[in-house]
Amino acid sequence: MNKAIQLNDRFGAATTGKLGMWLFLVMDALTFGTILIGGIGLRNAADVWPTAGLILNVPLTAFNTFLLICSSFTMVMALNGVQKGDRKSFIKYLALTIGGGVIFLGVQVYEYTHFILGSNELGVVLSQSGFSGTQFLPFTGMYGAVFYTTTSFHALHVLTGVIYLSVILTQAVKGQYGSDNYDRVEVAGLFWHFVDLIWILVFTLIYLL
Amino acid sequence: MHSESFWRKDIFSTDHKTIGKQFLFFGIFFLLFGGFQAMLLRWQLAYPGQPVPWWLMGFLYEGTGGIIDPDGFNRLFTMHGTIMIFWAITPILIGAFGNFLIPLQIGARDMAFPTLNMISFWTFFLSGVVLLLSHFLPAGSASGGWTSYPPLSLPGGGIPGLGQAFWTLSVTLMGAATMMGAINYIITVIRLRAPGMTYWRMPLSVWGLWLTSILNAIFVPVIAAGLIMLLLDQLLGTQFFVAGRLAAGGGGDPLLFQHVFWIFGHPEVYILILPVWGIVSDLLAIYSRKPAFGYKVTSICMSTIVVLSSIVWGHHMYTTGMSPLLGKAFMFLTLLISIPSSIFFFNWLGTLWRGSLHFDPPMLYTMSVIWVFGLGGLTGLYNATVTSDIYLHDTMFVVGHFHYTLAASVLFGGFAAIAHWFPRMFGRMLNPLMSKIHFWGTFITLNLVFFNMMVVGYAGQHRRIYNPSEYEFLQPLADMNVFITYAALVLGLFQILYLFNFVWSLVKGKVAETNPWRATTLEWTMDYPIPHGNFGEIPQVYHGPHEYSNPNTDQDWAPQTVEIKSS
Repeated sequence: MNKAIQLNDRFGAATTGKLGMWLFLVMDALTFGTILIGGIGLRNAADVWPTAGLILNVPLTAFNTFLLICSSFTMVMALNGVQKGDRKSFIKYLALTIGGGVIFLGVQVYEYTHFILGSNELGVVLSQSGFSGTQFLPFTGMYGAVFYTTTSFHALHVLTGVIYLSVILTQAVKGQYGSDNYDRVEVAGLFWHFVDLIWILVFTLIYLL
Repeated sequence: MHSESFWRKDIFSTDHKTIGKQFLFFGIFFLLFGGFQAMLLRWQLAYPGQPVPWWLMGFLYEGTGGIIDPDGFNRLFTMHGTIMIFWAITPILIGAFGNFLIPLQIGARDMAFPTLNMISFWTFFLSGVVLLLSHFLPAGSASGGWTSYPPLSLPGGGIPGLGQAFWTLSVTLMGAATMMGAINYIITVIRLRAPGMTYWRMPLSVWGLWLTSILNAIFVPVIAAGLIMLLLDQLLGTQFFVAGRLAAGGGGDPLLFQHVFWIFGHPEVYILILPVWGIVSDLLAIYSRKPAFGYKVTSICMSTIVVLSSIVWGHHMYTTGMSPLLGKAFMFLTLLISIPSSIFFFNWLGTLWRGSLHFDPPMLYTMSVIWVFGLGGLTGLYNATVTSDIYLHDTMFVVGHFHYTLAASVLFGGFAAIAHWFPRMFGRMLNPLMSKIHFWGTFITLNLVFFNMMVVGYAGQHRRIYNPSEYEFLQPLADMNVFITYAALVLGLFQILYLFNFVWSLVKGKVAETNPWRATTLEWTMDYPIPHGNFGEIPQVYHGPHEYSNPNTDQDWAPQTVEIKSS
């Protein structure tokens, strides 16, 4: 007698959607990995590389990092809420998660504007680092190229996450999810945690080191 | 049965069979487009600087007095390579047959993510539109070669206009579509196999397509990152891949792009050929009426190559000044690939050995893959070995070699697959007489073209040179170049016959019976047209895909859904 395959046996109880998301995250990690490792290689080859914290505002971004970690926590709470059937706390924490993402993006826009518009103080700092001009731009040496590419590619992910979670929130308000139906919330959460995790690498490599 | 509107059913369809057909038509269009560019290239190499005749659409070159100028030549080989790899082979083998075969052969109702599948096709379509539009840019399309190496492909590299940026954008979009497809194929095979369809009972076509998708999932994200950086260099003025005089503020490393490109680029050749290996292994069994020789070994060998292919990219870069030790390591790993390749190659011969061979058109195409892939594989050894590669690098020998493996093997694999599954896709048979004429015409001329390319390459002719008659040492090869060109033109003519056959059979071909080839796999178990959802009831699978000439069955084949009782 031939044994029939039980679909649910493979990869535990993971749904098809969850497997798909995990595979996507692996692929996305490879893209990020290439950008980050390429950045390390280019940094080693570059003539000028400013000291950490000279141009970039580390305290401001540390706050942003903290914010993103908090939003991961609220995402866990949102999932916890929907699993328990507590719709109110589910929606509340999901909205807080989205809010965290929006503020994160806002801070990054502020940071970018500050650099792109430029100022005399920025010019002083830039000249200390071996660059000319009063603006910090994507073509301000390899430093600018690596900084803008890495952070903007990550910001694109945060933006995607915010839109993704907003769709989930709209569906949640319509009452689409409950304690027996929360797979898509969990899958969206996976993406959000991934974006958070990547940011910790970006923060360490770009801002701190 | 619920009825769907034309838009939902035929255009924005989520049915994997319709999407597969869309990819097929898309791929055939680009195959003809890229093939026509090859004819123009050959014209220039045979008759450098002479006006393109009217029957090769000489009016395209009115602006330059009918001749192909050097920039135009660069644009031709760039677009020919890019189109054939990304917009012809990829959609036909992976897009069309991946979509059509995977769910049908494993007994699934559709892909795991049907909507993603539809988005994948339309992203692919968009990428093709961007690529085609780039031909109409005022300064012309990309001309930096299909490898698009910086700094040549960057603004300071001498190529005017936005052609290179359009190239990068369209390949990036293509990559996005490929990644969506890869997720779909991998998860579908993992999750949606019918009861009883274990991994070791999957047809080898599914094995090939699945392994291809795994390679796609790992390496397309890598090139995507490289392409994003290249695009920023081209449009925003960053300097990731700029060095030397062109680098204003610091500069980066052009070699970094080569590494990123070939980390993807070498697996890419296996991405393109793995589906063919699988399809050939299956078809040989069907038309020899024998179980595939060493089924498990073949799939293990293909999996081994998947692993090895990811650590050999350096053999494309022997001449970049890499450490000899590193070169040796890459050479050793590359040559190692010949072991698993030879094993399944002999498995193919083992399948044929003492089989009851049926020379239907699909079998002819399939058997020719054995020949052209054998030649392509053997000539690869010379390119993999550092000492001979330094001489052969960047010559027509390399061009001949990869056309044998990619163009010839993959093309014949594609022809075989189309001829074999045409009745399943369109309910009619591909006309066998026209197919046989097309087969012999293509097989003979194709060998004349690509073998002689290797000969002129061995004699020293470089690839991508505009005018071979300018070099004294290449002048004795002029007749050979003319000969190759005429062979190529005849090859092109036979493809027009193929197109005619395809369209004619689509409309007027003999209506096919349900299982004309007496094959055992699941896609032949239902009547045409196959409904959305494929199976009335998900079938139970009892044995592997190649139960032919089993003494315990009445007929010489047993479908996978029929239990074989040993007597």
